[in-house]
Amino acid sequence: MSLVRQVFGKPWIWAFLATLATFVVTILFTGGASTVGLAQAALTFGAFSVIVGLGQMFVVTLGPGNVDLSIPATMTLAGTLALKVMETQDGLIWLGLVVTLLTGLVIGIANYGLIKLLRIPPIIATLSASFIVQSAAIWTNRGIRIKPPELLAQFSTASTLGIPNVAWLALVISVAAWVALERGIYGRFVSAIGQNMRAARLAGVPVDGVRFATYVLCALLAAITGFLLSCFSGGAALNMGAEYLLTSIAVVVIGGTAVAGGFANVPGIWGASLFLFLVVSMLNTYGASAGVRMLLTGVIIIGVIVAASRRPAR
Amino acid sequence: MTQGDNPVISVNGARKSFGAVHALDGVDFSVRAGECVGLVGHNGAGKSTLVSILNGGLSPDSGTLALLGRPVERHSIAQARSIGLRCVFQELSLCPNLTVTENTRVAHRSLRGFGWRGRAARLIKDKLDEIFPDNGIDVGRSISGFSIAQRQMIEIATAFTSSDGSVRLVVLDEPTSSLDAGLAGQLLTFVRRFVAAGGAVVLISHILGEVLSTTDRIVVMKDGKVVADRPSAEFSTESLVGAMGSVVRAREARAARDAAASQTAVLSHTSAGRGLDFVARPGELIGLAGLAGHGQTRMLVDLYMAEGGSWRTPAARKVAFVAGDRAVDGNLPLWSIVKNMSVTLLPEIARFGLVDRAAEARVTADWHKRIAVRTENMDNPILSLSGGNQQKVLFARALASPAPVVLMDDPMRGVDIGTKHEVYAMLRAEAAAGRTFVWYSTEMDEVCQCDRVYVFREGEIVAELVGNEISEERILSASFAEKAA
Amino acid sequence: MKLLTAERIRLLVPSMSLAVLLVAVFWLQPRTMSYTGLNLLFNLAVPIALATVAQMLIMMVNDLDLSMGTFVSFVACVTATWVQTDPLIGFAILAACIGVYALIGALIYLRNLPSIVVTLGMSFVWGGLAVLLLPAPGGVAPDWIRAIMTVKPPFAPMAIVASIGIALVAHWLVMRSSLGVVLRGVGGNERTVERAGWSVLRARATAYALAGFFAVLAGMCLVGLTTSADANIALRYTLLSIAGVILGGGEFVGGRVSPIGAVIGALTLTLAASLLSFLKISPDWQIGAQGAILIIVLAVRLLLNRSEARGTGQ
Repeated sequence: MSLVRQVFGKPWIWAFLATLATFVVTILFTGGASTVGLAQAALTFGAFSVIVGLGQMFVVTLGPGNVDLSIPATMTLAGTLALKVMETQDGLIWLGLVVTLLTGLVIGIANYGLIKLLRIPPIIATLSASFIVQSAAIWTNRGIRIKPPELLAQFSTASTLGIPNVAWLALVISVAAWVALERGIYGRFVSAIGQNMRAARLAGVPVDGVRFATYVLCALLAAITGFLLSCFSGGAALNMGAEYLLTSIAVVVIGGTAVAGGFANVPGIWGASLFLFLVVSMLNTYGASAGVRMLLTGVIIIGVIVAASRRPAR
Repeated sequence: MTQGDNPVISVNGARKSFGAVHALDGVDFSVRAGECVGLVGHNGAGKSTLVSILNGGLSPDSGTLALLGRPVERHSIAQARSIGLRCVFQELSLCPNLTVTENTRVAHRSLRGFGWRGRAARLIKDKLDEIFPDNGIDVGRSISGFSIAQRQMIEIATAFTSSDGSVRLVVLDEPTSSLDAGLAGQLLTFVRRFVAAGGAVVLISHILGEVLSTTDRIVVMKDGKVVADRPSAEFSTESLVGAMGSVVRAREARAARDAAASQTAVLSHTSAGRGLDFVARPGELIGLAGLAGHGQTRMLVDLYMAEGGSWRTPAARKVAFVAGDRAVDGNLPLWSIVKNMSVTLLPEIARFGLVDRAAEARVTADWHKRIAVRTENMDNPILSLSGGNQQKVLFARALASPAPVVLMDDPMRGVDIGTKHEVYAMLRAEAAAGRTFVWYSTEMDEVCQCDRVYVFREGEIVAELVGNEISEERILSASFAEKAA
Repeated sequence: MKLLTAERIRLLVPSMSLAVLLVAVFWLQPRTMSYTGLNLLFNLAVPIALATVAQMLIMMVNDLDLSMGTFVSFVACVTATWVQTDPLIGFAILAACIGVYALIGALIYLRNLPSIVVTLGMSFVWGGLAVLLLPAPGGVAPDWIRAIMTVKPPFAPMAIVASIGIALVAHWLVMRSSLGVVLRGVGGNERTVERAGWSVLRARATAYALAGFFAVLAGMCLVGLTTSADANIALRYTLLSIAGVILGGGEFVGGRVSPIGAVIGALTLTLAASLLSFLKISPDWQIGAQGAILIIVLAVRLLLNRSEARGTGQ
């Protein structure tokens, strides 16, 4: 009994239940024909949302007004630059990785630099930075579609033990994020800042250092996702990051992370990412149009946040 | 008695408690038309609670309230406004982004329709000129462009404006705190004129000279009770200070710490020309006294921030902070007691960036016992505790850290007497072991336990009292200026 | 009397940037210094200016509308379809949209929700509805809107006349009317407004409804210029409108907004794009230049505010 109550007390349980329900409904419609294929697709596309979502999760946890709007531009720039320097050669993969990480690092530093130096809300800082990053991406991309190195293309589309490689990677990153959040001093500090920044500072939390690290982390994860996504889809497209702005925030909210900050949870990001993908594919199998899919996504986000606001946690 | 016998407002036997604290303990208070009443008392005497009851912001636990002689069952802010009661609070309550005229519009619903701006401007301008001649305030400018003194003038003038119905009673809470002597004089002269014309004013001020010279009657409060209520002419500055303080109070025996004076400073703060410098030496218990909001918290926070730690935790931390305003500066409301207690200590008990949860449990269990937090389970949320026990957790948070100096920002607010005595004993033991405490307190008997006391007034240290010099009378007379600065 | 009050500084920076840009454009391309030239330069500024005013009304009460772009797109789709074929139903839909905006404003206040997340959800809803209405670009602008947008007033082209008109109306509504004062008061100090006996709920809903009204006008004008609509027609308006408000001297919190500044900000952003193309700077960097302008303006304003703070501090 107490185990059941404990499990149902977790904030991420609803995302997973919804995921399961959508999965079953979709499978029922197709008569079980596409079970494996659907699960594979959900894990693959879910993995990308999970990685960006984790970065956004840490940022949102820093408290009201903290959100990173530069994620799409970062993804596109990192993917484009990495493919460019790798020149489709397997031997240059290391360079591609280095460039990806550097891109994330520089954008993260720039984001927090703007927040701190211009004393502007993070939303405006990351927005104006994203304009510049986006231009840099357009400029480097120039409509030329460079293919990823063969090895990377294979890796990102293949599976190991029946589970897509990108999902494994997302799992590894998630475990690391979970450890940092639940067991690490970093997670404690992020949560403290999100609950009350002044109280956290007066309790000895190095507020600037932690916020800086969080914005850099978010940009790094976005860069890595951009890198993976461009390898997966056979080249970097200019608009490839576009949908991830809304997705990254949506998975954080649906996953049970407090929008007001101070409380985050990693499993919920998985539940929400799979759920969002499955809702779309369920609506697809039922023949719903793109409009209906978007409409429902919006209604779900608003519904979740209104429902969550009723919780007495705050 | 100029206008009949009915008071504008009167309360009888008003009681109000917040938890264990009796803010008002059976207060009788009334104001008649054509009367200026002074309300004085030390911090926590119950003045602001009384004002909140008068303006309808709070309702008393027991006691009766009458408006214009008629008893009122349920008082409210709207009702208080409707009989013409206005309050000027200490905190700025204008919209900083609006102009003076526009703020007048927000205060008066009837200022609308064609030409409202002109009417509002005339209304406020006339009142400003009436109270503060030659004020030079451009009513078309926004509030954020004005100095604190000008904002206070505008706020006072707004309270006296009337557009739909007359202003009967104005409560002025420290109205002259940021006005210079000339402006304060103009205001007090206006108050006399307003009263002579049949209005009523309640004047709360820490400048006893102006209370004595302006008011007809002075009500002295202490510990939630009215201890004196006599015509102003029967008081002098000395007798007022005497009435506010207790006659004799047995002070806790204090070990002489003269040896401390020779030791080097562990923490210091230079005043940059305003007031005295602040110095703290190892093992000292230093009190910060004076009226609330006169710069004590500000200096504690400055001292804390000056030690760095915003980008990374310093290797050897020098200061820890105990918040008094738990909701704003202290509690991390989503967390358990354990996590709240250990947050300052985390860098010490972490390995490779991971929290050593066994060590965390050990340390917090130890402090659970030492400081007797009343809970069965330390994993309960912090907000499940009573205020006093939350405060104990914040004490443990600071004391568990290795910092040699602990800054305390009036930490005993709303704490029951039993807890207080437990904490006092612990402070003395820790100080004897060499820790320094800088203790801002609004409670006289707490300040009197300290080795050395700095008295604050208007943001600066105005007096330093050592050892046997520390007494309630001396602190009070240093906190209250006799005339406007 | 001080010559440089905070309000004047706030208007000075955007006016100066617009003047500098205008001079640069005239210098580079003297032919623009004509009736038709100016009309071409500023043509698209009208809907952007309206959307910027709408965003400003939301920012006035310390919120942010991330659904502005999709909402304007949706309105454009409605205008090109329903308003064209069945004006009665079309206008009913648009009126309902304004009602939805008021409801959103009330919901955000009552539930104490973060406006960013709610409007993000709404952006999916409007986007979905727009796609349902017009799955592919199409529709026809009603003739009368087309006629209004292409009218040729004497002396100055339509775009300029309309922009001045928008600025004056918004200025009267927000800065001069007795209602606007209370709405700005909510942004400045909510408690004071409440203490004086006003309903903050009603004030916030009103601000949102007014924003909805201006956004509806933006969508209708846009269709008048483009003659047909598309579900993605105005997606960049979200970012443009925020940038326009900031450029025009508006602040993120505290109810400090400037309607005239917002319109100037919108004109500046439109002109910046033309200037870059005249400078033969690759269009790749156009968005980036907008970001850079935003950052520079924020930096300049920080410097001015600091020097002003020093001035009054003594």
